Amino acid sequence: MGEPVYRRLVGARLRGQTAYRVSFALDCLAQAIAQGVELAVISVLFRQVDALGGFSVSEVVLMYAIASISFGIADMAAGQLNELPDYIRTGKFDVLLLRPLGTLPQIMVSDVRLHRAGKILTGLLALAYALARNDIAWSPWTVLLVVVAPLAGAVIFSSVWVVASAVCFWLVEGQQLTSTVTYGGNAFASYPINIYPGLLRRFMAFVVPGAFVAYYPALALLGRDDPLGGPALLGWVSPLVALAAAGVAGLVWRFAVRHYRGTGS
Amino acid sequence: MIEVRDLRREFTVTTKTGRFRRSRRTVRAVDAVSFDVAAGEAVGYVGRNGAGKSTTIKILTGILVPTSGRVRVSGVDPARSRRELARRIGVVFGQRSQLWWDLPLRDSFDLLRAIYRVPAEDHRRRLAECVELLELADFLDTPVRQLSLGQRMRGEVTAALLHGPELLVLDEPTIGLDLESKERLREFLADLNARRGTTLLLTTHDLDDIERLCPRLLVIDRGAVLADGPLEELRERVAPDRVLVVDLERPAGPLDDLPGVRSVRSELGGLRLHLTFRRAETTAAALIAAVAARADVHDLVLEEPDIDDVVRRLYARR
Repeated sequence: MGEPVYRRLVGARLRGQTAYRVSFALDCLAQAIAQGVELAVISVLFRQVDALGGFSVSEVVLMYAIASISFGIADMAAGQLNELPDYIRTGKFDVLLLRPLGTLPQIMVSDVRLHRAGKILTGLLALAYALARNDIAWSPWTVLLVVVAPLAGAVIFSSVWVVASAVCFWLVEGQQLTSTVTYGGNAFASYPINIYPGLLRRFMAFVVPGAFVAYYPALALLGRDDPLGGPALLGWVSPLVALAAAGVAGLVWRFAVRHYRGTGS
Repeated sequence: MIEVRDLRREFTVTTKTGRFRRSRRTVRAVDAVSFDVAAGEAVGYVGRNGAGKSTTIKILTGILVPTSGRVRVSGVDPARSRRELARRIGVVFGQRSQLWWDLPLRDSFDLLRAIYRVPAEDHRRRLAECVELLELADFLDTPVRQLSLGQRMRGEVTAALLHGPELLVLDEPTIGLDLESKERLREFLADLNARRGTTLLLTTHDLDDIERLCPRLLVIDRGAVLADGPLEELRERVAPDRVLVVDLERPAGPLDDLPGVRSVRSELGGLRLHLTFRRAETTAAALIAAVAARADVHDLVLEEPDIDDVVRRLYARR
């Protein structure tokens, strides 16, 4: 993404967006309200219960915060993939194929949803709160983990987005399925995974590697053992999981585009 | 510039036959098509809807991968070297835009310069040329969504030319344009082909486009090449009859014994005669001289079968 051409494409999108000032302002406002409501729901929820799956409120907020920041970044980077069915239906995808650039980065930079920054902002606020309220054994390693975990999480979520969107090359109406995995993945990653039933948990935690976004890194930060018996090492491998997920996403995308060029559906 | 050998392209069509049952059927959109286009040519690629035109264009431009056959465009295999090909050719789709909808035209051009990594000097020169010839100056700073169709198409053509392609592929470039815009575009393209030697391949339903731009016509129907050659030659082959319509000062008999005349139709009580003849048998000049020797000619018109007739007859002969 460091290539100047993508920087310029992003820059052009930002200019295009500010061209519709009122709509941009309304989008930001809507996001702010949505984020406020979400925080309110969580605080009400936690006033009713003291713990969730054996985790205290502030511990859960830590997971929620890391997941929110990760998802917010991924949404800005990859959220544009939600438009893929539209690209395919209207032939805009063909235009992408006519350019000497990869199709995936072209779609990713085709819009920058600046108003989605709200999600990252609330995530950061929640993170500040959680870090202050939890007893964390600070060391250079834990500091690094606080910084790296949301970034690795963003890569994981973006990869999930890519893979789930690629379904649309086969099912043009596959958008619902995609959203289930992307937005569902965010909901899943925001809470301790031991509260979910077995099959769903295994799928969302390890197939969609949602557990590596916030749950395992949070355990490592808190110095807690996994109630499910996973090794402590899991908290530190998120960057590797992210790399692997990105690799898989790249391969799936290539395969999907090959299918599209092979069928022209 | 373009080399197509035995190109085939199949699609699987799924149709619902019951609540859960589906039947799959293989449709051949392009069936054993072969042709070559040399550098500097201007070729019209015509055919009815569903004849396989768009599929061929998509294969030539690297969007679709062929089922079988050999394709070389600008020296590369479009299926394998899509990005390499993209740098060498320009593509204009009349029905879909490659401009940025909410940005001024000028910004779209700047982005394309970055995408194709065109040196600043080349970009400036090519843009200046297009701005002048296509008269873009008045709306360069207007967002694309506010342009008229004619203005937008001129922008699209410019966008496809800024990286200096050696081949320009146009899919229905004049669709929906008014007469003046069409004419302006044709003039520009004819000039591009003649002066800069850019190879043109265009699909169209407007046969005037072909008449104006393409010395060579490639007719496709049901996935196969139906005819390929100079427009004149095709005309000679399938619609060789020309008609000389003469208005006479006074009736002068049927004149059906003139050399080369195949049939005569008389109108206005013998004052107007339609003389059908063939280029291979006599020339218009010789016939006019022969008529003038026998009758007082008031006025005359030479009617050629138009390209529409040519294509229609080609279809009818199948």
